[in-house]
Amino acid sequence: MSTDAIAHDDHHDEPAKGLMRWVTTTNHKDIGTLYLLFSLLMFFVGGAMALVIRAELFQPGLQLVDPHFFNQMTTMHALVMIFGAVMPAFVGLANWLIPMMIGAPDMALPRLNNWSFWIMPFAFTLLLATLFMDGGAPASGWTIYPPLSLQTGDAFPFLIFAIHFMGISSVMGSINIIATILNMRAPGMSLMKMPLFVWTWLITAYLLIAVMPVLAGAVTMLLTDKFFATSFFNAAGGGDPVMFQHIFWFFGHPEVYILILPAFGIISQIIPTFSRKPLFGYASMVYATASIAFLSFIVWAHHMFTVGMPLAGELFFMYATSLIAVPTGVKVFNWVATMWKGAITFETPMLFALAFVVLFTIGGFSGLMLAMAPADFQYHDTYFVVAHFHYVLVPGAIFAIMAAVYYWLPKWTGHMIDESLGRKHFWLSVIGVNILFFPQHFLGLAGMPRRIPDYALQFAEFNALSSIGAFIFGLSQLMFLWIVIKTIRGGQQASDQVWEGAKGLEWTLPSPPPYHTFETAPEIK
Amino acid sequence: MSLKQLSRRFGVLAGGGLLMSSSSAWAELGLNMTRGVTSISREAYDLHMLILWICVLIGVAVFGVMFYSMYHHRKSRGAVPAQFHESTTVEIVWTVVPMLILIGMAIPATRALIAMEDTSNADMTITVTGYQWKWKYDYLDEDISFFSTSSTPRAQILNDAEKGEHYLLEVDNPVVVPVGKKIRFLTTAADVIHAWWVPDLGWKRDAIPGFINESWATIEEPGIYRGQCAELCGKDHGFMPVVVVAKTEEDYQAWVSDQKASAGAAAASADREWTLAELMSKGESVYGTACAACHQPSGEGMGDMFPALKGSPVTTAGPVEEHIATVLKGRTGTAMAAFAAQLDDVDLAAVVTYTRNAWGNDTGQLVQPTQIKSLR
Ligand SMILES: [Cu+2]
Repeated sequence: MSTDAIAHDDHHDEPAKGLMRWVTTTNHKDIGTLYLLFSLLMFFVGGAMALVIRAELFQPGLQLVDPHFFNQMTTMHALVMIFGAVMPAFVGLANWLIPMMIGAPDMALPRLNNWSFWIMPFAFTLLLATLFMDGGAPASGWTIYPPLSLQTGDAFPFLIFAIHFMGISSVMGSINIIATILNMRAPGMSLMKMPLFVWTWLITAYLLIAVMPVLAGAVTMLLTDKFFATSFFNAAGGGDPVMFQHIFWFFGHPEVYILILPAFGIISQIIPTFSRKPLFGYASMVYATASIAFLSFIVWAHHMFTVGMPLAGELFFMYATSLIAVPTGVKVFNWVATMWKGAITFETPMLFALAFVVLFTIGGFSGLMLAMAPADFQYHDTYFVVAHFHYVLVPGAIFAIMAAVYYWLPKWTGHMIDESLGRKHFWLSVIGVNILFFPQHFLGLAGMPRRIPDYALQFAEFNALSSIGAFIFGLSQLMFLWIVIKTIRGGQQASDQVWEGAKGLEWTLPSPPPYHTFETAPEIK
Repeated sequence: MSLKQLSRRFGVLAGGGLLMSSSSAWAELGLNMTRGVTSISREAYDLHMLILWICVLIGVAVFGVMFYSMYHHRKSRGAVPAQFHESTTVEIVWTVVPMLILIGMAIPATRALIAMEDTSNADMTITVTGYQWKWKYDYLDEDISFFSTSSTPRAQILNDAEKGEHYLLEVDNPVVVPVGKKIRFLTTAADVIHAWWVPDLGWKRDAIPGFINESWATIEEPGIYRGQCAELCGKDHGFMPVVVVAKTEEDYQAWVSDQKASAGAAAASADREWTLAELMSKGESVYGTACAACHQPSGEGMGDMFPALKGSPVTTAGPVEEHIATVLKGRTGTAMAAFAAQLDDVDLAAVVTYTRNAWGNDTGQLVQPTQIKSLR
C-alpha cells in the first residue's frame, strides 16, 4: 500500500464526534488541548494542597492538619505542580504551536503523541490514590531522600510507578518534539529562523531525554532498597545515602530548566509583538539558552552544599552555579533592549510577560545569593529557598504559561479574550503572588526552616501575611478558569493576525485554524 | 488570633517597613539574616549583604531602564517603533560586565568558605547525632553524653494553653559550651537525615546516617542560642529544636562536674532492684519523651504507620524478651527506631514495664534494668 493511501484514510477534515475523538485522537491540536486541560485541572488540585499548607501556617500551633498529613501535602503539592501542572502545560503549548510555527501539518509521531498524553491520567491516578492508602501519601518531600522516603507506607511503590509513567510520557513527548522540529520544518525554515519558542523547546526536549531516565534509575534503586534488600543508599549495608542526592539532583537541576526554558521562549515571542519591534538579539538568545542547558548539567550539587562535600567540590559548584547568571542576564537584557524604543501596548499577555521579567529576575537574584556557598549554609532549607523557587516557578513559569494562553487563545478559539477581565486577573495575581512569596524571604533569613507545620512565635506576622496572599492568589485563579471558559464559548471574532505586532507562521492561519493546517508547506522568505 | 492581636501584628509590620533603613531594626523584626556570635556567622552575613546590595543595584538599573521604556516608549504616547536589533558591542558588554561582577563576588565567597572548612586545632569536640526526633550530644573529651528533646508542652502546640516565649525553640537538656574555645562539631544521624542548625553560629550541617561531617564554631559571647532541625526528617521534623548555652569557662567547668556527678548516680541505680511503682512512674516520663509522639500518650497509635500499643499482642500476650528486642533493635522497614543507644537500662526497663501495664494492658509483669543489660 502506498503511503499516500494511508495518509488519505487517516486524514478526515472533520474530527470524530464525542468522547472517542479525544481518546483516539492523533491530531496535535486535540492533544495540545488535552494536555492544557489536564494541566489546568492539576493546577487546581496542587493549588488546593498549597492552600491547605498555607491555612495550617496562618497561625502558630496546629489547627487543621496533623504533621504527617502536612508533610504529605508539601510532597504532593510539589509533585502535582511540577509533573502535573507546569510540564504538561508546556507540552500542550508545544503540541499546539510547534507544528503551526514551523509550517508542519502535525507532529512527526502522532500515535506516540496520543500515547504520551494518555499515560498521564493513569500516572496521576496512581499518585493521587496514595492519599487514601494506609500510611498516607508520600511525605518525604518531592526529593524523596532516603532513608526517610523508605519509611513511606503502602504509597511507596505507587509513587515510584507514577514517576516511571511520568518519565515515559515526558521522554516520548520529547522524542516527538525533536523529531518534529528536526524533520518537519517547511522548506526555507532554517534552524536559525525558527521562533524562539521552538528553539527553547528543542533544547528542553534534549534535557528531558537526558535526565528523566536518571530519575527513573534513582527511584528504581529506591524500590529495590525497600523491597529487594539491596543497599544502594543504606549506609549500614555499605551504600551511600548522599549518592541518592547526587543522582536526584543530576536530574533535578536540569529539571529546573525544563520548567523555565519554554517560558523563556514564550516571553521571547510576546515581548516583540507588543513592543512592535524584533527581538533584540535572536542569535544570542539561542546561544544563551544552549549555554544554560549545558551549565545545568554541572551545577547539581549546589542543592547539597550542606551535605559536607570537600572544599574543592564546594568551590567548583559555587563557581559553576554563579556562571549561570551570565546567560540568564543576557536573556533579561535582551528583553529590555527589545522594549527599548518600541511602541509598547499593555494587553493582558504583555502584562503577564512584563511581570515575568521583573519577578523572574528577582527569583534569579535570590538564586545568585543561594549560589554563594558560605551564605547558603544559612539560607539552605529555609523559607528563603521556598521564596526563591516559587518566584521562578509561579510568577516565572506559571505567569509565562498564562501569558501564553492569553496570547494564543484567540488563535485557538477564534475569540478575543475579555481584556478587562484579563487585566483584573493580572492585577489580582501579581499583587497576590507578591504578598504570598515576598515575606517568605524575610522568614527564611530570620531562621524559619521549610517543611515545618508549626513555627516559633517570631515568624507569626509574616506567615499570616503570606497566607493571606496565598488565598488572594489562589482564589483569583478561578477568574482565569472563567476567562478561558468564556473565551472558548464566544467573544469578539479574532482576526488572523490577532495582535497588531504579531509575526510568525501561526498568525497567517485563520482563527481558529482548521483541524489540519499546512498540509502543503508554506513558503518561507 | 483575635482581631486586636492581628491588627497589632500588622501594625508591627507597617512599622517594620519604615525602619528598614536601619540594620539593627532589621534584625529585631526578623527581617534579615542574623550577624550571629561567631566569626563565621559574620562572614556569612557580610557576604549576604554584599550580594544583596549588588543585586539591588543591578535590579534598580535594569528595572529602571525597563520602566523608563514602558513609560516613554508607549504606543499611546505616539511612540514609533525603531527596528534596530543585534549589536555585537552591546552584547559583549552585557556578557563581560556580569562576569567581572561575579568574579568580584567569588573572591570574598572563596575566602569565607576556606575559613569555614578549616576545622583544625579545635579545643574540644562534640558529636551531634540526629534521631527521629531529638538530638544526642557526646562530649568526646569529657565522657558526657545526653539526649536533648523539645520541651514545649503538647497543650501549647494544640492551642490548649498560652504559647510560651520560646515556643518550639526550647529543650530539656541544652548543649552547654564554653565561650572563646574552638569547638569542633561532628554531625551524624542514627535513622534518617537531619540538619543541625543554629543561625547565630552561622551554618547548618546535615546529619547523615553512616557519615560524619565536621564543622566548627568559636562562640564569642555567653548567651542562649536557638535553632532547629533543617532537613525534613519525618512527622515531627518541626519539633526538634536545638538550644546552645554558651557559658564562661568557669561556669562551663562547674556544669561539667555537675554532669559527671549525676551520671555516677544513674549508673548505681541500674544495678539495684526496682519496684513496679518506681518503674511505672519513671516509665511514664520516658514514654512521654521517647514514644508518645508516634504511639500517642493514650497508647492508641496513629493508623498503620504508628501501631497501637494498648491491647497490642507485643505489649500484652507476647513474650517479654521479644518486646524488649523490638524496643532495643527497632523494626527494619518501619518507622520503629532502635532505642538501644538512645535509652539506658533503667529507662528501657521502665518504659517496657510501663507499656505492659498502662492503659489496661495490666500484665503485672515488670522488667528490671539488670534484665535489659543481659539482653543487650
Ligand atoms: Cu530532624
